[in-house]
Amino acid sequence: MALEVSRTKEELQLGLAGEWGMREFQSLEAQLTALDLAGVHRVAIHARGLTALDLSGAWALRQFVQRAQGAGVTVSFEGSPPDQLRLVEETLKPAAAQPGAPSPATPGPDPETRALEAIGREAVAAGRDVVDGLAFLGRASVTLLASLRRLKSLRLTSVARHVYDTGITAMPIVALIAFLISVIIAYMSAQQLRGLGVDIYVVDLVTIGVLRELGVLLTSIIVAGRSGSAFAAEIGSMKLNEEVDALVATGVDPFEVLVIPRVLGLTIALPLLTIVADLIGLSGGALLCRYLLDMPLSQYVTRASAAISPTTFWVGLIKAPVFALLIALAGCYHGLQVRSSSRELGHQVTVAVVQAIFLVILADALFAVLFLKMNI
Amino acid sequence: MQYPILEVRGLVNRFGNQLVHDGLDMEVVRDEVFGIVGGSGSGKSVLLRSILGLQRPEAGVVRIDGQDITRLSAAQLRPIKFGYGVAFQEGALYSGLTVLQNVQLPIIEYLDLPRRALDELALLKIRLVGLPADAAGKYPAQLSGGMVKRVAVARALALDPALLFLDEPTSGLDPVSAAAFDELVLYLQKQLKLTIVMITHDLDSIFRTCNRVGVIVDRRMESDTLERIVEHPNPWIQAYFHGERARARLAGAQHGA
Repeated sequence: MALEVSRTKEELQLGLAGEWGMREFQSLEAQLTALDLAGVHRVAIHARGLTALDLSGAWALRQFVQRAQGAGVTVSFEGSPPDQLRLVEETLKPAAAQPGAPSPATPGPDPETRALEAIGREAVAAGRDVVDGLAFLGRASVTLLASLRRLKSLRLTSVARHVYDTGITAMPIVALIAFLISVIIAYMSAQQLRGLGVDIYVVDLVTIGVLRELGVLLTSIIVAGRSGSAFAAEIGSMKLNEEVDALVATGVDPFEVLVIPRVLGLTIALPLLTIVADLIGLSGGALLCRYLLDMPLSQYVTRASAAISPTTFWVGLIKAPVFALLIALAGCYHGLQVRSSSRELGHQVTVAVVQAIFLVILADALFAVLFLKMNI
Repeated sequence: MQYPILEVRGLVNRFGNQLVHDGLDMEVVRDEVFGIVGGSGSGKSVLLRSILGLQRPEAGVVRIDGQDITRLSAAQLRPIKFGYGVAFQEGALYSGLTVLQNVQLPIIEYLDLPRRALDELALLKIRLVGLPADAAGKYPAQLSGGMVKRVAVARALALDPALLFLDEPTSGLDPVSAAAFDELVLYLQKQLKLTIVMITHDLDSIFRTCNRVGVIVDRRMESDTLERIVEHPNPWIQAYFHGERARARLAGAQHGA
């Protein structure tokens, strides 16, 4: 046993034995706090039996000594007290004297005040976010205009890399999703329309739905999850690694080398991806019509060309560069917002994706209203 | 008692075709400060990673307190890891946690202690490495380079280990802070009776703190006491200890002795 206790009437004799370290800490502390000091006037501690005493053991002993002294008990050591106890004393002494040292037990403000405070902080942070976002947008536009005038600063190699990363490598997943979505629409609408005997309108639904809305919207959402997060994570970890500071110190504008190539790259890649999605979506519809509705391919093509107006395809495609801008700007902006910790990196990446998807859907709604007013 | 707390025998490490260690031997006894020296790319970090079990060597034995850690499973390694602490070169502090939480993390991982004991034990370690108590609430990004290194040591000491590994503890510090850090190493070694294994490039630091030095040359280690290793005939060791920068320091050290 690490602690041998013997009592006479007024005296408590403690014999410390064995190892007193972090491994034994829990049981030691429990034994020491369990000691009853009622009626005791003197505590004598024999430390000779200790084979090892490290700082945590010494701290537990000090806690006990302090408790005893606080209760008016005289504590004495048989021989000299262990060195480690003195070390703990010395180490902790200036801490107590130090003004402004945070004591862990400081009572905070009451819950109502804290709630108000949190709301206030959030509001201020949200306001600052809007201002920062506008400043970011402004700086990105100015840099882009300046780059357009000086072709070297456009970093075409970098733009090409981002077209590849965000566009070419995304093609399989975009194609797959487009195919599945058109199959779902065709299948669902076929079930409904067959009852009315107008299953030819399945073609209208698929073509108009895919070309005007779903092709571009789903592609944008996939790209927001894929590339918006990649932008934020890449730029964010460059910030953590002080790579962005290194760029600034070299006299290179991080907007020019990090933000603009990503924005341009995605603005080129997303319309191309949308065309792929449109193509695959239409062929998916054709496939389903052929096998589910027994509609010959020629009839599908005739019906499809009758259903769409000359603007249908362009109405969908024109939205793609706008969505690309929103996704790229949200990703880059939040990447640059990362300042100090890897936890912040995760948070900013999440916000970048959520915000990109939100902005894309909001913009899509605005487009819908706009096109309605324009009668196209 | 002079039995080895850390023993490496016949260590072989290889990356592709490149042989990093070829039969490296190393022995660290209790209560000494052992310095590991070697040229850039000589495999100091790989050696440390092998010792810490972060990398499985191709051949060889690494014994900590007599147990061969290359043969143990992760679960069997846990009690051994309780017994040593590591301070990484760049600190490797968890950036999302405060200094206090960084130091508490190993304790929480191994023990179930009440809040107050946790706070005070962590604060004890923070004060022990010479940091003010108000550093406890700060985040790693708010600390200077010297403070980061001290927090790393405080975290390494959180579980009161007997063995402490320091990876280039004085790199990136100014000479005054480096000297203060060496003082800290000596103070901790004496007060806590630690065994310290230190990778370093800093000659001043070696002469101030180390009892014995192991130099990695030609994929093996030559180790001896500080006084004798400087006389070793190997050309790299000669160049290292008797180069332009070393001569002044050596003269000063022998003067003092």
